[in-house]
Amino acid sequence: MAVRKPPITTREYWAPGHAACAGCGCAAALRLATKAFSEAMEEKYGDPNAFAIAQATGCMEVVSAVFPYTAWKAPWVHVAFENAAAVASGVEAAWKKVGRKGKILAIGGDGGTADIGMQALSGMLERWHNVVYLMYDNEAYMNTGIQRSSSTPYGAWTTTSPPGKLSIGEDKPKKWVALIAAAHQIPYVATASVANPYDYIRKMKKAAKIDGPAFVQVQCTCVPGWRAPPEKSIEITRLAIETGVWPLFEIENGDFHNIKIQAPGGGAKVKREGGRVVAIEFKKPIEEYLKLQGRFKHLFKQPEAIDQLREQIKAMWKVLGVEVTLPKPEE
Amino acid sequence: MPIRKVMKANEAAAWAAKLAKPKVIAAFPITPSTLVPEKISEFVADGELDAEFIKVESEHSAISACVGASAAGVRTFTATASQGLALMHEILFIAAGMRLPIVIAVGNRALSAPINIWNDWQDTISERDTGWLQFYAENNQEALDLILIAFKVAEDERVLLPAMVGFDAFILTHTVEPVEIPDQELVDEFLGEYVPKHAYLDPSKPITQGTLAFPAHYMEARYTVWEANEAAKKVIDEAFAEFEKRFGRRYQKIEEYKTDDAEIIFVTMGSLAGTVKEYVDMLREKGVKVGVAKLTVYRPFPTEEVRELAKKAKVLALLEKNVTFSVGGALFQDFSRALINEKEKPVIVDFILGLGGRDVTFKDLDEALGIAQKALAGEEFDEVNWIGLRKEIL
Repeated sequence: MAVRKPPITTREYWAPGHAACAGCGCAAALRLATKAFSEAMEEKYGDPNAFAIAQATGCMEVVSAVFPYTAWKAPWVHVAFENAAAVASGVEAAWKKVGRKGKILAIGGDGGTADIGMQALSGMLERWHNVVYLMYDNEAYMNTGIQRSSSTPYGAWTTTSPPGKLSIGEDKPKKWVALIAAAHQIPYVATASVANPYDYIRKMKKAAKIDGPAFVQVQCTCVPGWRAPPEKSIEITRLAIETGVWPLFEIENGDFHNIKIQAPGGGAKVKREGGRVVAIEFKKPIEEYLKLQGRFKHLFKQPEAIDQLREQIKAMWKVLGVEVTLPKPEE
Repeated sequence: MPIRKVMKANEAAAWAAKLAKPKVIAAFPITPSTLVPEKISEFVADGELDAEFIKVESEHSAISACVGASAAGVRTFTATASQGLALMHEILFIAAGMRLPIVIAVGNRALSAPINIWNDWQDTISERDTGWLQFYAENNQEALDLILIAFKVAEDERVLLPAMVGFDAFILTHTVEPVEIPDQELVDEFLGEYVPKHAYLDPSKPITQGTLAFPAHYMEARYTVWEANEAAKKVIDEAFAEFEKRFGRRYQKIEEYKTDDAEIIFVTMGSLAGTVKEYVDMLREKGVKVGVAKLTVYRPFPTEEVRELAKKAKVLALLEKNVTFSVGGALFQDFSRALINEKEKPVIVDFILGLGGRDVTFKDLDEALGIAQKALAGEEFDEVNWIGLRKEIL
């Protein structure tokens, strides 16, 4: 009887026994990332283990490395909140000098990347270290109890962007770190989602095999932070893609004129010109994504805030060179 | 044969780095230590130093990259000063807690505000509780030698702590003196290759570094840093002895000068020791019984040596280029602690002087001596004295 090869290696680097919540999208993101890395290293160097991880302080760090235990089956180092990219720079330099073949994976959440770690990230990318930086984007500071980050989307409730008489929640548009990373003209930048694992794995493998810096931003749910049921994690992130909230794209060598946009699914109509996506007509309203999450619950009493979010999403897609139509829910 | 070259302390520090053969250097330029990474980048550019030189975007990333490299298992070096060291502050604790033997050369400089690029010791003194070993150089030769010794001690398996070597801004960093550059072969024998057994990132032997510790383990982790500091005392003595044997230059945690029959002993660090030695020579000609004790090692604090020193004098006059508010200088605190339970102890008088590059003149030292002599005579004196203050502009 023929045995089908598993779609991704059965080797585990993010081992059972970590303390992440049930339904944690980010735990899935890290597990898949390390598996993809392993496959890439096997294909590139013949050694599936030829990588090390430098990780920022954050929820994925505290749940995985509680002394005297560890969830990591790969060489792993954590130093502080803002410096995963700089630490990775040092590790990469050391490996280069001792002639160790392999690649460094730097991991940070949105707080450790979009905010406090932005400078170190920029330095690492600009200096062209042979590092893949993975930003797991759960859109707030989840480690310290759900405070807003610059990657928190407009309208979202967090403990520091509470809705109130004078507030609709977070009042600034989401910062798109992938676009900032791409401005360094590095070989590879991509966004990904745990709801689309094959695409995510492909991107992580591609990033890992490149000689030079790469940046991948993966959206992943936070069950307590998003006020979402654990069993809906993948459904929610899939809806983010299908409603236009989370674009999937790749940018190579900082070429903003040649951004590879991926078709979102969910019945969306994609218009191409010369192979390039120029317009997307989404069929599912963003409300379908928002309504599954308690963090957006208050917006449904203020539909103008949802319209504002729609406009921001359109503006973001425009930066990517795509005109989008975002429907309103049927009355 | 060792060669002698005329050079600034910054160049001496770069030469020390070259001789120590670190595999990774990460640095960000800051006055007055900028010449250290500049000179190192020349060594690397000319193929004289086979290292990765990471030109980072900040001192925070400089030390972070050093932590990464050291955690990966290689010898690592950087240089900084003042605000740069302050920007590293957070990671200094982490480097010590992770037991990574990184060495930093520091051009000792005042901290803002007001911004000031000149010498005092506030930068390194402010890092005295990070767990790092601290050495202070009196001259450019000591800057070179102490960096080599710092690597030797830091990497010793009984210690495994990072170390900083301070040398005074401009007074040393930018002043040329003849410096003996030891033979590479002898330095190689002295230092050996760094082969870590505790910190490495090897895929064939994966380990987790920099974990989270709950209350059940945190105190014990901190205690190991305490223990390592204690262990460093003996290791430093051994390293000094071995250095003397190989290179002929003698170092001690506290170097004494004309202290044997002294009634008043000035205690100081860094280049100021040179000035005070001259001053003491002058006083000795006049028959004044004074001496000097220079702290070459400040962390670990040489408590035993301080107690021995205290037996020799009636007054210890501490000359400090740093301030610990509402206390005096940091040394005043350290000396008080070392002597508080001694049955017989000298009077300790503290002097704060030379901040922000203010010259310390013989006139200033006369003022300090006058106060110390009052203390010696049993008259009233202030425990903490700011010397050389321009009261007319206050």
